[in-house]
Amino acid sequence: MTHYINKGNKAPKTGFGEGVLEAGWRNDNVIVLGADITTSVGLNLFKETYPQRFFSFGIAEQNCIGVAAGLALSDKIPVFSTYGVFAALRTTDQIRVSLCYNNLHSVIGGAHAGVSVGPDGATHQALEDIAVLRSLPNITILSPCDATQTKFAVIAAIEQLNSPVYIRFGREAVPDFTLETTKFDIGKAQELHSGNDLCIVATGNMVWEALQSAHQLKENGINARVLNIHTLKPLDEKAIIKAAVQTGAILTVEEHQVFGGLGSIIAEIVVQHHPVPMEFIGVMDCFGESGQPSELMQKYGLTSKHIEEKAIHLLKRKLT
Amino acid sequence: MTPSQLRIIADNIRIDIIKSLAAAGSGHLGGSLGLADVFTQLYFQTLKHRPAEPNWSDRDRVILSIGHVAPVLYATLAHSLYFPIEELLTLRKLNSRLQGHPSRETALPGVEVSSGSLGQGLSVAVGMTLAAQIDKMDYRIFCIMGDGELQEGSCWEAAMSASHYNMKQLIAIVDRNYCQIDGNTNDVMELEPLIDKWKAFGWNVIQCNGNDFDELGMAFTKAISSIKKPNVIIANTIMGKGVKSIEGNYHWHGKAPTLLEADNFIRQILSSQL
Repeated sequence: MTHYINKGNKAPKTGFGEGVLEAGWRNDNVIVLGADITTSVGLNLFKETYPQRFFSFGIAEQNCIGVAAGLALSDKIPVFSTYGVFAALRTTDQIRVSLCYNNLHSVIGGAHAGVSVGPDGATHQALEDIAVLRSLPNITILSPCDATQTKFAVIAAIEQLNSPVYIRFGREAVPDFTLETTKFDIGKAQELHSGNDLCIVATGNMVWEALQSAHQLKENGINARVLNIHTLKPLDEKAIIKAAVQTGAILTVEEHQVFGGLGSIIAEIVVQHHPVPMEFIGVMDCFGESGQPSELMQKYGLTSKHIEEKAIHLLKRKLT
Repeated sequence: MTPSQLRIIADNIRIDIIKSLAAAGSGHLGGSLGLADVFTQLYFQTLKHRPAEPNWSDRDRVILSIGHVAPVLYATLAHSLYFPIEELLTLRKLNSRLQGHPSRETALPGVEVSSGSLGQGLSVAVGMTLAAQIDKMDYRIFCIMGDGELQEGSCWEAAMSASHYNMKQLIAIVDRNYCQIDGNTNDVMELEPLIDKWKAFGWNVIQCNGNDFDELGMAFTKAISSIKKPNVIIANTIMGKGVKSIEGNYHWHGKAPTLLEADNFIRQILSSQL
């Protein structure tokens, strides 16, 4: 199994911007809509390279989603991105009716995911976007684990799908460790670390933390499997059921509300097919706050150390 | 077509609206009847379209932002030969292509987009117009809106963006009947000065009697000849138009007639032709 190393920290938005640029270079129908924070979401790359295919719509997210629908109905592939709180929540009805009910190929980038947004505080930290959007029919939800994977996720969203897609990514520069050569398979879980004592199921930038905890656990003689769920919808149910059967204990890890997020998503499958003890790491029904990203990850229990402790606790439950 | 020929078509569309709503047992009668003349003017006089080839790439687009008046869209499409008139009697029934609000999922010919949640259609129309501009296509995009709908803030986000991008191919039509579910628009939430509002958002504003084919014809001609700004036609209509006993009565916004009432309403339309 590949041993993943950090190639250097990189902000996922940069990967998002690079991916849109590459897909836009291959396909003239890619149109980008800006909502005043174009640089913050990495789309300045596209704007500077293809100004004739970039359109500014100001701070008007609801309109952006409708415009995206109109473009998609006219055979364009619209890409729209802003902070996840606005991209997913302010516009939920527009996404539901104009994009999902019409089932239109469009890409929404939800930036600034999780408490690691930092000093801006609760209003700008997207913690509910997955929970809300996953209930909408026809939508695909991607949550890549680093900048490189974010690039391939958005390329796949533009080139492989024909329906609405939401891609979630964080603000901070985080370890960039996935390989340029790995194909992005929408709907396929990625096993990044093998083991049969328990399975850590993680998404987004928590995947790196999960890997670090798996290495630490291994030193203590515990073999943890790590699954990267870069596609939250449709879920790779087979990989989850297999993990439940083979490891008998599942720990989910996310930088999002556990209720409605990855924790709920995995639990729904586990209870239906092969109930095993589960534990959850994520935000527990509260808002975030201001602080440095690392301080917040510590305070909200979102570090590899927390994962390790929870894994040991879970293992005890499994064995008693 | 002459105004009197258009009027006969509009009356036949009204009769089918009444029949389809009576068969459905629910639906929005008042606004559908009030808009019958606007739809007739559009589909039988103004639009560039091919009912036998509904996806013709050069066609003008019609976005029904007020999805609840689906009955007038359906009856007009059927009379334009997009699908058989008999199908109108399946309105709102299980497995019908004629959903309570227009649905693209059912692939009913002539329905460009699903709608029903107010305040979204103009944004979709702006997106379609943007695509036409990018592709240098000259088809027009018509967006039919309600006056009560303009209370949704997202309409004004869309309005602002249409003038920012000089969308002269875009023509919004506001069904100004002063009626919404809770009562008169003046009481529920004041919309005036409506013309000034659109002007302030950079639109070319045209006002007309939306139940008069001479005025409708002139209004559309003006809108089509715009050289820079997006256009809005504020069509003053009467809710329930054509059925004297219910004209202007907002209680008929969201109601369907019983079979007996339907019979009576159709008689009123036929007798007005004598």
